[in-house]
Amino acid sequence: MAQMTMIEAIKDAMRVELERDENVLLFGEDVGHVGGVFRATEGLQKQFGEDRVFDTPLAESGIGGLALGLGVQGFRPIAEIQFVGFIFEVMDSICAQASRMRYRSGGKYNSPITFRTPFGGGVHAPELHTDSLEGLMMQTPGIKVVIPSNPYDAKGLLISAIRDNDPVFFMEHLKLYRSFRGEVPEGEYTVPIGKANVVREGSDVTIITYGNMVHTSLKAAEELEKQGVQAEVIDLRTLMPLDIETIVESVKKTNRAIVVQEAQKTSGAAAEIMAQINEKAILHLEAPVIRVAAPDTVVAFGQIEKEWLPNEKRVIAGVKEVINF
Amino acid sequence: MDKASYEVRTNKVELLSILSLDGKVNEELLPNLSDEQLKELMRRMVFTRTWDQRAISLQRQGRLGFYAPVSGQEASMIGSEFALNKEDFICPGYRDMPQLVWHGLPMYQAFLYSKGHQHGGEVPEGVNVLMPQIIIGAQIVQSAGVAMGLKKRGKKNVVITYTGDGGSSQGDFYEGMNFAGAFNLPAIFVVQNNGYAISTPSSKQTAAETIAQKGLAAGIKSVQVDGMDVLAMYKAVQEAAERGRNGEGATLIEAITYRFGPHSMSGDDPTKYRTKDEESKWALKDPIVRFRKYLETKNLWTEDDEKNTIEDAKQTVADQIKKAESTAKMTIPGLIDSMFETTPPHLEEQKKAYLEKEGN
Ligand SMILES: Cc1ncc(C[n+]2csc(CCOP(=O)(O)OP(=O)(O)O)c2C)c(N)n1
Repeated sequence: MAQMTMIEAIKDAMRVELERDENVLLFGEDVGHVGGVFRATEGLQKQFGEDRVFDTPLAESGIGGLALGLGVQGFRPIAEIQFVGFIFEVMDSICAQASRMRYRSGGKYNSPITFRTPFGGGVHAPELHTDSLEGLMMQTPGIKVVIPSNPYDAKGLLISAIRDNDPVFFMEHLKLYRSFRGEVPEGEYTVPIGKANVVREGSDVTIITYGNMVHTSLKAAEELEKQGVQAEVIDLRTLMPLDIETIVESVKKTNRAIVVQEAQKTSGAAAEIMAQINEKAILHLEAPVIRVAAPDTVVAFGQIEKEWLPNEKRVIAGVKEVINF
Repeated sequence: MDKASYEVRTNKVELLSILSLDGKVNEELLPNLSDEQLKELMRRMVFTRTWDQRAISLQRQGRLGFYAPVSGQEASMIGSEFALNKEDFICPGYRDMPQLVWHGLPMYQAFLYSKGHQHGGEVPEGVNVLMPQIIIGAQIVQSAGVAMGLKKRGKKNVVITYTGDGGSSQGDFYEGMNFAGAFNLPAIFVVQNNGYAISTPSSKQTAAETIAQKGLAAGIKSVQVDGMDVLAMYKAVQEAAERGRNGEGATLIEAITYRFGPHSMSGDDPTKYRTKDEESKWALKDPIVRFRKYLETKNLWTEDDEKNTIEDAKQTVADQIKKAESTAKMTIPGLIDSMFETTPPHLEEQKKAYLEKEGN
């Protein structure tokens, strides 16, 4: 098996799918000749030609509409939005149009689109490049939200997303692009959308998280083990649909849970997860579920980004809070 | 029916150029500028070139954050700002730092902005600018609003806004110009067409013959200008400003220019999409070289002037970066308090938690 960074795995997923299905198209700003600002699409235009892999003019709303129209024509677009903060320019296409195409047309049309976008803090990017906007997407009926935390999942989930007949919002954490390598099989394989992964087993508390916070939480769990606390860590992989069964199963075992997200605290993914635990497992809880998140401010400018983002220490403090309740 | 009678057409245009490559001027078109003003234009361009070079190296040393190089675009940036007065308003894109600083934003704040410090965005009283826009196109629609505001207040002022050739593809670009046309607003839209949007060449950006003609659909006066010619840029903006002040509405100016450096200092490699040949062709149009030749024939610029300006720029940048570096760091509680006029209870609670136990 090959050792790949997450960005290589993502590129590999697109290569596999472009090869397998000629209806797959890949486009966005600067994705063609230079292969994207992060080189996520490097070499793909050369391999598949400008008909299948191409640069668009600088207009996100145009990219979204193009994807929708091509979907109606039976293509399977992979549309790259260069950085997450630029999705506000294309919100109508994603959230008001693609997400309800199946419903509006009584099933005649669908939107088999994968919107790929980098996001996530800790890399000193300018404002509006790193925001965690998954909460906005989760509140949009009709769109799936996927956030991989490692190269293996990234490739398998992206292939699933491209094959999905409904729109998928695929968020790639900037910090994870090149921070480590992992084993990634050659060729095709899928990781199912909607299935969480228990990445560490434990009996005392469940840490529910996704994206880069999986790594932060795993480090916290190791430290906690030294202090005699066995934490179970769940990597959600998909936020919509949410794998509540895996969460409930874990909570039944540990009776305590915290949710860790990089996004601002209020009304985000964590709030939804806590609500569902409340609905489905309240009698198994020994303490209220709490969340570790960023404060309810805009993403801090580079200078204090590191202090703003949730870290290991805060995850540990969160676990202690539910343990000592 | 004859085809010509119902097909909408535009005529070929020639761009406004006053200064030739060897420094000769077209006297007929020469704007009315005193010798002092001519020298000042040169001083600002040379100063900005040095500042740009220093900023690139500071960025490489990790002392600046995001930085978008400007060399090559000095004429377009500085000539356009020079045609305004202090009460006119600037709505910039991320590359337009020189216009902000020459319009009054202290340089150390530009550095703070680059370093990701909130204070970089605290525009001092009397400096009529918005902060650089990251979202391409947003400044264009906003400038229509600023222009309407100026008009409603009965001010004889204009707003100028800048974007690139790439930016002219955004829906916001058309919307902003259309509003300015429909409401007859005192707005000046400058497209600095430097040939590329990151790696995407203008030819892939649009099939329009010129970006200038995009303004025609909005019913506003539209011109194409040699953006490496500081006199032409000054003249075009000065005329546009005059029209704006006289209630004659908005103008679109397409400035044909070139950025000598990479798109930004965040990993862009222009050798992937530009040729050496192309770069050396554009180097011949260097706005500073051309203008220097002209000023030298008028005995307005000497080697000493050049040297002194460069020294001054180096010293200023050194002082200002030091000032930026010694500005107190932002804090999370400070950030929290900057969200609302009165910090609501849930944020007070988060602030407290940060100070007590969650802080790092
Ligand atoms: C809405 C939006 N989309 C994409 C980007 C990413 N981006 C930053 S600069 C740039 C290219 C801009 O090119 P152009 O408008 O020609 O201006 P230039 O930098 O060349 O002066 C892109 C795609 C952004 N900042 N905002």
